[in-house]
This record gives sequence, structure tokens and C-alpha cells, in this order.
Amino acid sequence: MRELALNVLDIAENSLAAGAKNIEILLWADFGEDKMRIDIKDDGCGMDEETVKKVTDPFTTSRKTRSVGMGLPLFRYSAESTGGRFEIRSEKGKGTEVFAEYRIGHIDRMPLGDFGGVVLQLITMNPQVDFLVTVECSDQKGALDTREIKEILGEIPLDTPEVRAFLKDYIRENLVSIYGGRL
Amino acid sequence: MKSLEELKALRDKMRSQTDNRAVAGSDETVIKVGMATCGIAAGARPVLTALLDEAEKRQLHNVSISQTGCIGLCRLEPIVEVFKGGQKYTYVLMTPDKAKKVMAEHVVNGNPVKEYLIGEN
Repeated sequence: MRELALNVLDIAENSLAAGAKNIEILLWADFGEDKMRIDIKDDGCGMDEETVKKVTDPFTTSRKTRSVGMGLPLFRYSAESTGGRFEIRSEKGKGTEVFAEYRIGHIDRMPLGDFGGVVLQLITMNPQVDFLVTVECSDQKGALDTREIKEILGEIPLDTPEVRAFLKDYIRENLVSIYGGRL
Repeated sequence: MKSLEELKALRDKMRSQTDNRAVAGSDETVIKVGMATCGIAAGARPVLTALLDEAEKRQLHNVSISQTGCIGLCRLEPIVEVFKGGQKYTYVLMTPDKAKKVMAEHVVNGNPVKEYLIGEN
């Protein structure tokens, strides 16, 4: 993984695999404080206490093909190696929240990468799930709520090429522009 | 700046158009891209984006592109599976350029790109 945005995609894929119907993604940055936060919250099936404790161990996984799971360990490492922190909270039957905080200026902080592209991919490839994506950065705030978009679109699917093209621009102008190339 | 008002306009425009989507061909091609940790780390996201952009550019309405979990061959990611004419083709070690070639030669023209298939690697 060379971009934090790919970690966001990977963690959100976990939420989808957990059967989430609502996923909230928050990207928060404060350049004065030199801090950046990524928070991903879902209402999927959640995990019991035992599982949460060992979930950032790379030899823990829910898949059957092999016994290695790198997603959460990599995300945790991406934050802790910048002197930041990582937290995961989960409750069986309620959902999971994964939180990572970074020091923006730390030499080991990976670039955010194509966050807008990841958001576009998540919302258009999973039209049955609702996403609320928020970007907050130095008094500026932008949000995208797929419920609002679906309400306007009605019967027209979210993954229609014309709609995808609109969303691509919408995400660039309303979310990416908030932090604009600084992360 | 793009606003939701524009989305309303787009919706009204699309509703007024006659839908010629299903006319292009009855048999649908299904494409799946592995999007687990292994796939993402190997570069599956740009591959998926290339497939979607190509489908959009060529106005391919009888192609369904979606993502799937770990296909089980992490070493050969990014993996793209194409289901066409009752057959499954597994493309491995994909890149955006290879993906565009598969779209043009296999999905549109019906000739599988043999050198990218799993048996050849």
C-alpha cells in the first residue's frame, strides 16, 4: 500500500463484507496542529471482544483461503509509524469504527493519494449501500451523502455512466478541493 | 462548482431520452476485479478505473463491471475475470493498459487476449 486512500478502500471493503448498509467516512485535517484523521464507521455485523483484541494481528483473518489478513495491520502501521494512533471499536450486531490519526509532516506518512477516486469507486460499485463522506480541513467542510443523491435520481441507477461522470466532478469539486493536494 | 441542482437537470435529461441500452446485444459480459487487500496493494484500483473508463468511452451498455473479494491467487493480482459466452477467462497480473486491451480485443471483438490469461503465466 502506497496511498492512505487505498487503506480507506480496503477498510471500507471490510465494512461491505460485514453486511453494512450505512458507511460513514470522515477525513479531517488541521495543518496548524499537524494532525490528520481518518475515521470509518459502519453498521455491519461487528465483532465480539475476543476478535477485536486480535484483529490487528496479521495472522488473524475471517477468510478461508489462507490464514493471513493484512488489511487492518497495514492501516494501523501506517498511522503508528508517523507517531499517530490507531483505534478500533466494535460491537457484535451493531457495527465497527476504525480510526487512525497521523502527523501530517512526519517523513513516514504516506501520501493520501487518490481519495476522490476511492470514494467514487465505493459509491458507484456498491449502490445498495449508503455512504456519507465528509472532508473537514481548516474551517472548510464538504460532504457527500448518497441518500440525497439517490433521492434526486429516483429510478436512475447510481452506476450509470452519465451519473458516474457527474459524481466524479462533484467529488473533485466538493470533497477533494477542501484539502486540495496538500495531503 | 457542481451542485445537486445540476444532478436534477441531468436526471430530467436522462428520463427524457429513449433508452437504447438493451438493444446493443442480448448477451451480457460480466467482468469482476479482485478488490481485497492483496488486489488493492497490487494495483487493482487503477485497473478497475481503466475498465470503467473504457466502458464509458465505448458506450458499452451490455457490460457489467463489478468488484469481488480475494480470488485466492494473491501472487497473481491484480486479477480480472471475464465471463463471456458461457466461459470464464481469468486474466492475471493486470495493468490499466492491459485492461484497455482486454476491453478492446476480448469484450468488444470477442478474441481473448491469450498472453494475459492465467495459463500463460
